[in-house]
Amino acid sequence: MVEFLSFRDGEAAQEPAVTVESFTGQSNATAVRIEPGEDARELLPHLDRLSLVEVNFPAYGDGRGYSAARILRESGFQGELRAVGDVLVDQINAMRRCGFDSFHPNKALDDAAVERALNRYADVYQKAIDGRQPVWAKRHPEKIDG
Amino acid sequence: MYRYDSYDQSIVDARVEEFRDQVQRRLTGALTEDQFKPLRLMNGLYLQLHAYMLRVAIPYGTLSGKQMRKLGEIAAKYDKGYGHFTTRQNLQYNWIKLADAPDILAELATVEMHAIQTSGNCIRNISSDQYAGVSADEVADPRPWAELLRQWSSFHPEFTYLPRKFKIAVIASDDDRAAMRLHDIGLKLVSKDGVIGAEVYAGGGMGRTPMVAPLIRDFVAEEEIVSYLEACLRVYNRYGRRDNKYKARIKILVHEIGVEEYKRQVEEEFAHMRELGLNPPTEELDRIRAFFANPAYETGLSEDVDRTDPAFALWVDRQVTAHKAPGYAIVNISLKPLTGIPGDASAEQIELVASLAEQYSLDELRVTHAQNLVLPHVRKADLYAIWQKLEEAGLAEANLDLITDIIACPGLDYCALANARSIPLAQKIAQRFADAERQAELGELKLKISGCINACGHHHAGHIGILGVDRKGVENFQLLLGGSGAQDASLGQITGPGFSEDGVVDAIEKVTDIYLAERTDGERFLDTYRRIGMKPFKEAIYG
Repeated sequence: MVEFLSFRDGEAAQEPAVTVESFTGQSNATAVRIEPGEDARELLPHLDRLSLVEVNFPAYGDGRGYSAARILRESGFQGELRAVGDVLVDQINAMRRCGFDSFHPNKALDDAAVERALNRYADVYQKAIDGRQPVWAKRHPEKIDG
Repeated sequence: MYRYDSYDQSIVDARVEEFRDQVQRRLTGALTEDQFKPLRLMNGLYLQLHAYMLRVAIPYGTLSGKQMRKLGEIAAKYDKGYGHFTTRQNLQYNWIKLADAPDILAELATVEMHAIQTSGNCIRNISSDQYAGVSADEVADPRPWAELLRQWSSFHPEFTYLPRKFKIAVIASDDDRAAMRLHDIGLKLVSKDGVIGAEVYAGGGMGRTPMVAPLIRDFVAEEEIVSYLEACLRVYNRYGRRDNKYKARIKILVHEIGVEEYKRQVEEEFAHMRELGLNPPTEELDRIRAFFANPAYETGLSEDVDRTDPAFALWVDRQVTAHKAPGYAIVNISLKPLTGIPGDASAEQIELVASLAEQYSLDELRVTHAQNLVLPHVRKADLYAIWQKLEEAGLAEANLDLITDIIACPGLDYCALANARSIPLAQKIAQRFADAERQAELGELKLKISGCINACGHHHAGHIGILGVDRKGVENFQLLLGGSGAQDASLGQITGPGFSEDGVVDAIEKVTDIYLAERTDGERFLDTYRRIGMKPFKEAIYG
């Protein structure tokens, strides 16, 4: 069982994350936590000084954090993007695709189950954040490379 | 028809194995029912009153004979010998054992079918016009777009935990046969300066707060439809309400912030997303389109139909629709026998229709949102032979769009959410109006029954709609008039206090009497209602 899962090279960020409100109100924090109702775009002017963004999932069924993650990655955020809270093995794959690269779930995950979940689908239909080639790109390589 | 390539097949096969693993974990107790529920719901498996119900996707309502035959085999082998066709072009089995579900999915995968996203708060099966590709009035076949969107929406990483379910329909004719504007997003293909693109409507739906979707964009080019829909969905995913499941559909968001504000937010997001390379190249839609090219129609066929047999002639007049190719016709098969369950077909009937499709319809058939079936490519010369076989199988009812062509949800006989039984009421109404001449006299009259406020039976969109409610432990039926799911979409209005089961049948009879008395030449029931309003009907009912 694993308590913390990282797909990044090197050490995970250790600094405790502050709320979006206190982050935008002060200048020295380098880690922030986004709650479901908060707008990830508020962070965009500050991405260069952020080393960690935690996205909280109070309940796995609240999918706002997937959009938050993608927005940050689409805007060039290179730091650690961590899903925390009610994160289950069945969501890890979609979260990876949206740009999350570390996980700190409420309940420890079974490593073998995570491994299976991440390798289950050899192909994907959409372009997302994980760099995987969607099926349509594989079908038309001449359009994608050229 | 579309055929899977190795990529499509591998994704569906992987899903079967994933679900098999999840079911196994449930059966051994590694997963509790609470943990398992969201997983099974992502794959169309509901726990109903008496058993599990499995909902199988029939993307945009198109099937081959082989696929249909498989649906019949599954009905015989794993269900009590029936399948139920739904208003979203899906098929439901009502008597499934949990342990069998993975094997059923594996069987479906052998014929390029699945149950992916037929439930859950995600993008559901993409529905379309049952006459797609064979109707002369379409600007293009909408199904290649629907298939493109099927693939795009399958396991979409960002949109799998939306505030609520999300339904998309694609049509391409002015005649709306798919209730497009009652979907979360409706696309209508249009031609602009010789280029095909889509009008986009957003925020329609039924349920307890019915809304007709407003137009939010008058043209999206095919090479940008994916990024535009990503923008629509992202705004909804971020800002749709999650505090109350009854206010979580996109229609509530669009209504609360206003259509102009929703459009503005979508346009802003689209400006960002269209630059991200999310759209497949046009070659991909071309690749899909090639699967839907016109089949090799024979030429020089006779247009003549021998109408000597009066029962056959009646059926032809009611069930057969014009096809774009000379010598061909579209056959509508009624799943509304007067004593049956709307949308139900037995394993034997499913097998028969599969054979008819193979023998007479270029191996293709369709499912309609009105819970009927269609043989889309029939030589007129074969109509009589087809009719004879349908007649033997109890499938030759001639009631398309008539008062007995009732849409009904499964209701309290099956559904855990229902307040009232829809099926016995549908049967009583069908019995009351059974006389063929009387039905024909009433003409087009779309009657739709829902057993609860969730509106699976589309009662808001019925020319006559019925909503079953629970009144102090007794089933009670409200009557609505004036709804439409077609191009003239509108929502029905409640007549007044509800009725008992027999009482509502009497009330419908009074309503139809007023129509017959008041109509002018050529007016349908709906037209008369719109002209004269609710008052005369109300007076007749409540006197």
